[in-house]
This record gives sequence, structure tokens and C-alpha cells, in this order.
Amino acid sequence: MKFGIVRFPGSCDEVDAQLACARLGDAVILWHAERDLRGVDAVVVPGGFSYGDYLRVGAIARFAPVMGEVAEFARAGGLVLGICNGFQVLCEAGLLPGALLPNPSLRFIFRQVELEVARADTPFTRACPPGQRLSIPVKHTTGRFYAPEPELRRLEAAGQVLLRYAPGHNPNGSLRDIAGISNAAGNVFGLMPHPEHAVDPLTGSVDGLSIFASIRDQVADRVPA
Amino acid sequence: MRARVLVKPKAGILDPQGQAVERALPALGFDGVHNVHVGRLIDLDVEDPGRLPEMCERLLTNPLIEDYEIVEVAGQPQGSAA
Repeated sequence: MKFGIVRFPGSCDEVDAQLACARLGDAVILWHAERDLRGVDAVVVPGGFSYGDYLRVGAIARFAPVMGEVAEFARAGGLVLGICNGFQVLCEAGLLPGALLPNPSLRFIFRQVELEVARADTPFTRACPPGQRLSIPVKHTTGRFYAPEPELRRLEAAGQVLLRYAPGHNPNGSLRDIAGISNAAGNVFGLMPHPEHAVDPLTGSVDGLSIFASIRDQVADRVPA
Repeated sequence: MRARVLVKPKAGILDPQGQAVERALPALGFDGVHNVHVGRLIDLDVEDPGRLPEMCERLLTNPLIEDYEIVEVAGQPQGSAA
């Protein structure tokens, strides 16, 4: 199992993501300017401030050379996980529905939140015990998930909402408490909380490992050893 | 052509920046101000203005959350491209 973690100028969570992935398999950094995914089994688009988040969050990063390959990889059914800024990039790239808007408080929010696993039968959540809550930190200024109302209804009906902020834990006014959402095919997933920051007991929670373990299990099922 | 693209949040989308400004104005004695929205403007010299809408749709705005308006600015383009 080989994870690839994209590094843009301005990424800042790619090393934590690499360390998290390295607990479960090999993990290599994919430089934004290269059109080479190095044979990885899954791609992580990490958090940070890609290209300075100039213009809009994620707006410039989607045109990075590596993103063309990531889009191809996704179209072919490859697993792509976007975390925070990575989620914003995938929305801008049209690989995920919706958009992330500024927090109503206009403030940077950094806190541990409780998440409810809405579906534990997907490539990104299958290692989560059903009904279990995940304790994972959020840290962002632009994290309010938005989609027009008809689109929200469609996403709910299609089962694309995988994670929700638990009651009382929605930090940013995300519509329908959506914390993480997948594409229609189910192989691209984005979330605002940072599972890569919750993989070591030293920092209080290891719940984030479930997300990476899910990906590993999914890849293991698909590719016989 | 010297063009100006005006970008603002789509109607109905929560605009916390606009709200913050709207709340701040009365504190300075500017009463009677409503419906404040904060957007951004992008000035650019373009050789083919016909391509501006496509630029707006693909990069300058996110059509899901933003509306835009293209305005021609009087005067000559600046710099070497003129």
C-alpha cells in the first residue's frame, strides 16, 4: 500500500499526513509541479494555504500540473482524500460538490470536535465502528460547507454525506452539519477536520487513524497481495 | 481593453464580511445603511475581451457562490501589452 501526499507551495499539513499514512503503509510526497503520481494506490490532498490561497481558497491549486493527474486518477476510480485546504481544492476542481465559505465569525477556529459517522460502509469510513463518534480537530477560517438546497437534498439522498459534526459541535455553520462529503462515485472524499492530527495518543485522540485505515483496507481488498 | 471584473457573493448566501461592515457603520454614526455586501474587483488588460466570461467562469469567480459583472474601464491598457 502506497499513499501519495501532494505538496503545493503553501501546504503545511503534508508532513503530518505523510506520518499518519506511514503508520499504515508507504507514504511519498508528490510535488505539485510534477505530472507523476509515482504509482501510488491513494492520493491525499493535504491542508495548508496552497498558492497562498490567493483569489479564493483552493482556486489556483486546482490548476497545478499534479492536479491534472489527480483528476485522471479519480476518474479511473482511484481513491482521493482531501483534508481542509485539500477539500477546498477538490471542490474548486469540480471533483467534489459544493464549496467552502468563510466562517460566519470571520475567525480562525482551532478546536477538537466530535464527528458522527453518517456512513461506515464507504472506502473512507469502513474502518470506523458504526455509531462511533470521532474526536478530531478542526483548524480553519473558511470551512462552512455550502451547496444550494436542491443539491443538498440530492447529496443526502445519494448517501454522499459521510461525516457530520455531532449536535453542538458544528464550528462553522456548515449546512446540515456536513463535515465530510464524497463524490457520486464514492472514490473522492473531502473533510474539513484533520484526521492526520489525531493519530497519536500523545495529542489526545487516535480517531483519525480510522480514515487512513479505511483507505488501506479498501486498497487491500481491491489489489490482492 | 482595460477591463474590470466585479465579484460579489451570490444573493442569499451568508456574507459575514458584509454583515460586519453593516454593523460597524452605525457605530461611527452612519445610520440608515442596509444590505452591505463585500466583494472584490479585478482589473486586467485583455487582448480579447470576448474571452472574459470564460475567464470569470473558470478562474476569477466560483459560479456556485459568486456573481460577477464585467465593466469596461476608460483609458488605454497599461504597460508593454498596450
